[in-house]
Amino acid sequence: MTDDNKLIADDLPEPVVHRPRINASLVWLVPIIAALVGLSLVVHAWIEAGPTISISFLSAEGLDPGKTPVKYKNVIIGRVTAVRLSEDRSRIIAKVALEKSAQGFATADTRFWVVRPRIGLGGVSGIDTLLSGAFIGADVGQSNEPKSEFTGLENPPSVTHGAPGKTFDLHSDDLGSLDIGSPIYYRRIQVGRVSSYRLDKDGKGVTLQIFIDAPNDQFVTTSSRFWNASGVDVSLGADGLKVNTQSLATVLAGGVAFQDPPGPHDATPAQEDAPFRLFNDRATAMAPPDGEPRYIRMRFNQSLRGLAVDAPVEFLGVPFGRVVSINLDFDEKTQTFPTIVGAVVYPARLGKAHDKLVALAKARGDDEQMSQMMGRLVEHGLRAQARTGNLLTGQLYIAMDFLPKAPPVPFDGAAKPLEIPTAPGDFDKIQQQIADIVGKLQKVPFDSIGKNLNDSLAELHNTLKQVNGSVLPEVKATLKGAQQTLGTANSAFAPDSPLQQNLGGSLQELQRAARSLRVLTDYLGDHPDALLRGRRADDKPLQTPPPPAAPTQGSKP
Amino acid sequence: MSTLPRAGDLGLIGCHVCGLVCRDINASDAACPRCGSALHKRKSASYSRTWALLIAAFIFYIPANVLPIMRTVSVGDVDDNTILSGVIELWVKGSPDLAIIVFTASIVVPVLKFFALSLLLISSQRRSLWAQRQRSKLFRLVEFIGYWSMLDVFVVALLTALVQFGFFSEVEPLPGVIYFGLTVVITMLASMTFDPRLIWDGRDFDD
Repeated sequence: MTDDNKLIADDLPEPVVHRPRINASLVWLVPIIAALVGLSLVVHAWIEAGPTISISFLSAEGLDPGKTPVKYKNVIIGRVTAVRLSEDRSRIIAKVALEKSAQGFATADTRFWVVRPRIGLGGVSGIDTLLSGAFIGADVGQSNEPKSEFTGLENPPSVTHGAPGKTFDLHSDDLGSLDIGSPIYYRRIQVGRVSSYRLDKDGKGVTLQIFIDAPNDQFVTTSSRFWNASGVDVSLGADGLKVNTQSLATVLAGGVAFQDPPGPHDATPAQEDAPFRLFNDRATAMAPPDGEPRYIRMRFNQSLRGLAVDAPVEFLGVPFGRVVSINLDFDEKTQTFPTIVGAVVYPARLGKAHDKLVALAKARGDDEQMSQMMGRLVEHGLRAQARTGNLLTGQLYIAMDFLPKAPPVPFDGAAKPLEIPTAPGDFDKIQQQIADIVGKLQKVPFDSIGKNLNDSLAELHNTLKQVNGSVLPEVKATLKGAQQTLGTANSAFAPDSPLQQNLGGSLQELQRAARSLRVLTDYLGDHPDALLRGRRADDKPLQTPPPPAAPTQGSKP
Repeated sequence: MSTLPRAGDLGLIGCHVCGLVCRDINASDAACPRCGSALHKRKSASYSRTWALLIAAFIFYIPANVLPIMRTVSVGDVDDNTILSGVIELWVKGSPDLAIIVFTASIVVPVLKFFALSLLLISSQRRSLWAQRQRSKLFRLVEFIGYWSMLDVFVVALLTALVQFGFFSEVEPLPGVIYFGLTVVITMLASMTFDPRLIWDGRDFDD
C-alpha cells in the first residue's frame, strides 16, 4: 500500500517555487499597533482628565449624570458624572469631572449654580435650557487654594466675579419690593442690579448691596441720591396730572434709580462700597437735606377732624415738617377740650430764610432754640392754623402764616417744646360767616310775602276769567265781518265778474267810436264839401281792416 | 488507532484553488504549477497569525465598547451612546426585540468569536483530541456568524446618512464605531487565517 502511494507520488507534478513569503512574525505588528492605539487612547483620556469635584444642591432637578455639562461663559468645562444623595438626605451631591483645562475651577471661591429656565417679573433667562436641558454654571474667583467640595447656589449670582464695576451699600428702612437682581437705573437706563441684601445688625434697617457695571459706575458720585423706583408716582399739580414711573418691569418687580441732585454738588465718583441712603421716592431723594429736626407744639380750641398724624406743616406754603401727635386736653377753667398737636419741623427746609434768621439770631445772642426770634415773629402775627387741604376729603394740614389782625397772645420763649399760638382756621371763619348769612336770611318775613303773592295771583286769575268771558266773543264777531268784506272784494275782482265784463264792453265801444270818428275826419279832409252836399254814393270811404284780435265775444250792448 | 493515511503521510499536497494534487517538496514557498496559487500543507504560521489577529481584535474591542459609537441629536438634546448604553436605552424605551438583536450582533457574536477562536487555537496547539467534530462545527459557526457583527456599523452608517434634519434630529458617528468595525474585520481575518485542519492534527483520528 505504501508502495502504491509512492508510485502515485512519483507521477505527480512538482510545485513551483515562486518568491520568498513574508515572514509570519510580521503579523504581530497588528496586535502591537492595536495595543499602541489602545494605549494612546488611555493616555489621552488620562491626560485630558481634570480634577473631580462634588457640588451639593438642594435638588437634582435637571441634572442628568453623564450628560449635564458644566459651563463657564457657555464653554463646556466639565460634566456631571454621578448624582447621589448626601448622608443626611437633605441635599444632593453631584460629582463633576472637570476637564484638564478647567483645573483652575477647583479652587476655593468658585461658585456653581444650576441654570434652568427662569421666568420672573424681571425677565426670562435660560430659555435655551428648555430644549437642551439644565446645565451647571460656574463662576471662578481669584483664589488659588484647591477645593473639591462645593455648595452650589440655588439662584444664579447677579454679579459674576471680576465683572468690571463697583459695589455700593444702600441703607433703607425696609426692603420694599426689591430683590436680588432688581435693576438699578440711571436716567432710566439699567446700569446695575441689587446683588444682595441683609438686615442690619440691630434689626432697625436693611442694607442692600448693589453692583453698578463699568463704565457707568463713574456716575455714582459722593452726592448721588438713590431712591426706590418701584410703583407708580401719580401727582396732580397746577400743571395737570403727572404719572411718573420707571419701566413697566420696575413697576411690577421693583427697582432702584439714582441721580445727582440738581444744582451744584460734589461730583467726585464714589469709592467702592460707599454707603448711601435709599429714599422712598424721587422727590424725597432730591430734596435738600432736612437738617436738624425741631419739635413744636400747638394748641387748638376747635375740632380737628381730618387732621392726621403725618399731615404736612407748611410755613408760608413751604413744606416745613409734619404732624407727629394729636392729643386731647381738658381745660378746667373754660370747660373745653383743646387739642394739642405736636409736630416735627425742619427749619433747614426754609433754605436761605433759615440761614439768614440763624445769622441774625446769633448776632443778637439768641439761644439755640431761637426763642427770642420766634417771639418776635409771633408778635408780628405768626400763627398756626388748621386748614383744609382737600375739600372733598376734608383733610387738614397745619399752616403757619402771618395774620396781622390776629389778637396778640403771650408767648413763652422758654417753653420746651416751643408752643406756637394758633388761630382759628379759614374754614372755621367761613363757617361763621355762613352762619351769619343764614341768621340774616331767617329774619326775612317769608310768610307774609308768600301770602301777598298768593292774593295777587288770585286777582290775576279773576281778571283773566273776565277777559275770557266777554272780550273774546266780540273779537270773534269782528273777525268774521272782516272775513266777509274781504270775500266780497275778492269776488268783485275775479276775471269773470260782471264788473270786469262790462268794463271790457265799454272799452270796445269806445274803440269803435274812435274809429268812426277817424273815418269821418279823413273823409271830411278829402271832401270838405260833404258837409254841405252829403256823401257821394260812388266814393266809398277806405275800408279799414277790422282791428286784429278784436274780442270775438264782443259785447253788443 | 488510525491507519488511514493523510496527504502529508503520502508526500502529497493539494492545491486549494484548482484541486491539483502535487508532490510535497517541503518548500515553504511552493506554488501550484497549474493555477499558481500558494501551496501548503497547512496554512503557514496559522497559530501565530490567528493569535496576533485575535489579540489585536480584542484590544480594539475595548475602546469599541468604552467609547460612544453614535451621537443622536434630537431637538437640542444631545445623546452619546456606547454600544451597551444603546442596548439598554432600546430595552428601557420599549423595544426589547431590537435590543436583543443589537445585543446579539454587537456583543454576543464578537465575544463568542473571541472565545471560540481562543478555544480552537488552544486545543489545536495542545493537539487535543477532545471533541474534534464539535470543534470543527464551532469553527464553521464562527466563519458563518462573522459577517453579522457588522450590523452595528451598518446601522450607524445608514442612520448617519439618513437622519440629517439639522436641529430637529441628527445622527453622527463617533470614534467607537471605527474600533468596533476594526474588531469585526480583524476577527474575520483571524478566523480566515486559522486552518481548520489543525483541529485534526492532534493524532490520527480513528473513524
